[in-house]
Amino acid sequence: MKKLFSYPDSLKKARFSYCPGCGHGIVHRLLAEVIDEFKIREKTIGIAPVGCAVFAYHYWNFDVTEAAHGRPPAVATGIKRVLPDRIVFTYQGDGDLASIGAAEILHAANRGENITVIFINNAIYGMTGGQMAPTTLIGQKTWTSPGGRKAELSGYPMKISEALGQLDGVHYIERVAVNNPENVLKAKKAIKKAFKNQIANKGFSLVEVLSMCPVGWAVTSVEALRWIEEKLIPVYPLGVIRDKSKST
Amino acid sequence: MKKRILIRGNDAIGEGAIQSGCMAYFGYPITPQNELTAYMAKIMPKIGGVFIQAESEIAAINMVFGASLTGVRTMTSSSSPGISLKQEGISYMAACQLPGVIVNVQRGGPGLGNIAGSQGDYFQATRGGGHGDYRTIVLAPYSVQEMFDLTCLSFELADKYRSPVMVLSDGVVGQMLEPIHKDDKNVERKIKDKDWILDGCKGREPRMVRSLLLGEEELEKYNWELNNKYKRIKEQEIRAELYNVEDAEIVIIAYGIAARMGKQAVKEARRQGLKIGMIRPITLWPFPEQIVGNIAQKVNSILVIEMSLGQMIEDVKLAVEGKTKVHFYGRPGGSVLEVEEILDKLREISN
Ligand SMILES: Cc1ncc(C[n+]2csc(CCOP(=O)(O)OP(=O)(O)O)c2C)c(N)n1
Ligand code: SF4
Repeated sequence: MKKLFSYPDSLKKARFSYCPGCGHGIVHRLLAEVIDEFKIREKTIGIAPVGCAVFAYHYWNFDVTEAAHGRPPAVATGIKRVLPDRIVFTYQGDGDLASIGAAEILHAANRGENITVIFINNAIYGMTGGQMAPTTLIGQKTWTSPGGRKAELSGYPMKISEALGQLDGVHYIERVAVNNPENVLKAKKAIKKAFKNQIANKGFSLVEVLSMCPVGWAVTSVEALRWIEEKLIPVYPLGVIRDKSKST
Repeated sequence: MKKRILIRGNDAIGEGAIQSGCMAYFGYPITPQNELTAYMAKIMPKIGGVFIQAESEIAAINMVFGASLTGVRTMTSSSSPGISLKQEGISYMAACQLPGVIVNVQRGGPGLGNIAGSQGDYFQATRGGGHGDYRTIVLAPYSVQEMFDLTCLSFELADKYRSPVMVLSDGVVGQMLEPIHKDDKNVERKIKDKDWILDGCKGREPRMVRSLLLGEEELEKYNWELNNKYKRIKEQEIRAELYNVEDAEIVIIAYGIAARMGKQAVKEARRQGLKIGMIRPITLWPFPEQIVGNIAQKVNSILVIEMSLGQMIEDVKLAVEGKTKVHFYGRPGGSVLEVEEILDKLREISN
């Protein structure tokens, strides 16, 4: 009998310690499935961020390191340049990638590093207790924007994927979400493409995932799914932002 | 075969790195070390190595972190302001026990300071510099020959102890042209098969290299483990040059560029009949405590000279433990010590 579905080899048999309704677990699972499907587990090196996903190495069943806050793209560059035939990816939150690590992601993208970036946008700093991120929405209440984010004070929700999409070094950027089954399937397809690009030496690929943080948003798990649909997606529209293989 | 070549200090570091099998270099422009980055840009592609001009010193040290994870020998270089930016990465390397060489061709500070050679970064280099309970091996070359030799040694020590190692030089030695002897050996550039590297888990269990240790007393245990390593380094790796100390009544203690002036001063003082010697620490961490302590018992006094407001003097005083008087002569801000000034100070002390 043909096996249609099983636990991915690329995930350890450990329980996620994420909050109920958190998006990180879903994305970990998608990543693991993709790595299994390409049979690249034994040549993959993952880079965990500083953020809620810092413990990713407890879950991923392949070589993993943990970079300083915001520095995963630089660490990935060091690894990939020495070992160009390995598969190297970073997994970063929006605080990690869009705030403290803005320079590192910008320049890794601009150099066209042949790596894959999984960028979790949950519009908040999860791990440190729910502070405002560069991606936080106008009016969104967080620990450090108790009256709601104000543009005059803190600027605007940062569309860093669109900004990175302007760089000639970038091969592929797509924004997806994991708030319903249809979107999860699309997210997997995008992640798969981002790894396929690396395997084919196409260069820098990034998938931005709009991901639930019910705790940081102070909503229930179910409300968080709707919050993505109604609040996040209008500001961060889903879809392909750049795809060099499509342009002629 | 030993070869004699005329070379600039900064280039000699590059040559030492290449002779040591360095396969990945990451830099960012800053004076007075730019020749070194340019040297690596020229040579690395020729030997099949990696050269990247990073977007910042922060990125460069994190690229070193990444390259080191794969098992290759790797290096970054900068000067004082850039070394401040690397401290985060150095702390993470120390925590993850990743070997790597960091070169600081010091300039005057604080702040943007100036671009003249200086010795203002002794505290930063020997006290860890970054956050947390860790140590960095620090080697201090005082000649172009040592720029080459100590760079080679720094790669050996980095691998031996799985630790970041700093070469603490300065803009004066960096810019100096001198003939050096170097071995032209067949350099092995293979990735070393170390049992902790990340290169994909083919045929083995997955590995993780990380520094977050949240378990109960997990970090304390790890800190003690690191401490054992630091103890071994202290027992085995202390290096210092002793110059005319046997009958000395006063010893100068100086490292790096200041020791060159110190040596001149000793020669001149001896000619004038003063019994002066010199201790030149080559490892700044671990500091040659015992050597200094033992000699302190035999001399009338000690003169520490530094191109700073006085930083190493604190280590000297700790080593001397009040056994003799410790004097200081120094000039900060990238001003060079004159031999005559040192002699004046020696005369003042001996009276
Ligand atoms: C240099 C540095 N600054 C600050 C922190 C504290 N810190 C830990 S996680 C984090 C934010 C993580 O937020 P994000 O990247 O959005 O990931 P999330 O937790 O939401 O998944 C911060 C600021 C740190 N560890 N290091
Ligand atoms: S704080 Fe938010 S991002 Fe972090 S685990 Fe909880 S739900 Fe997930």
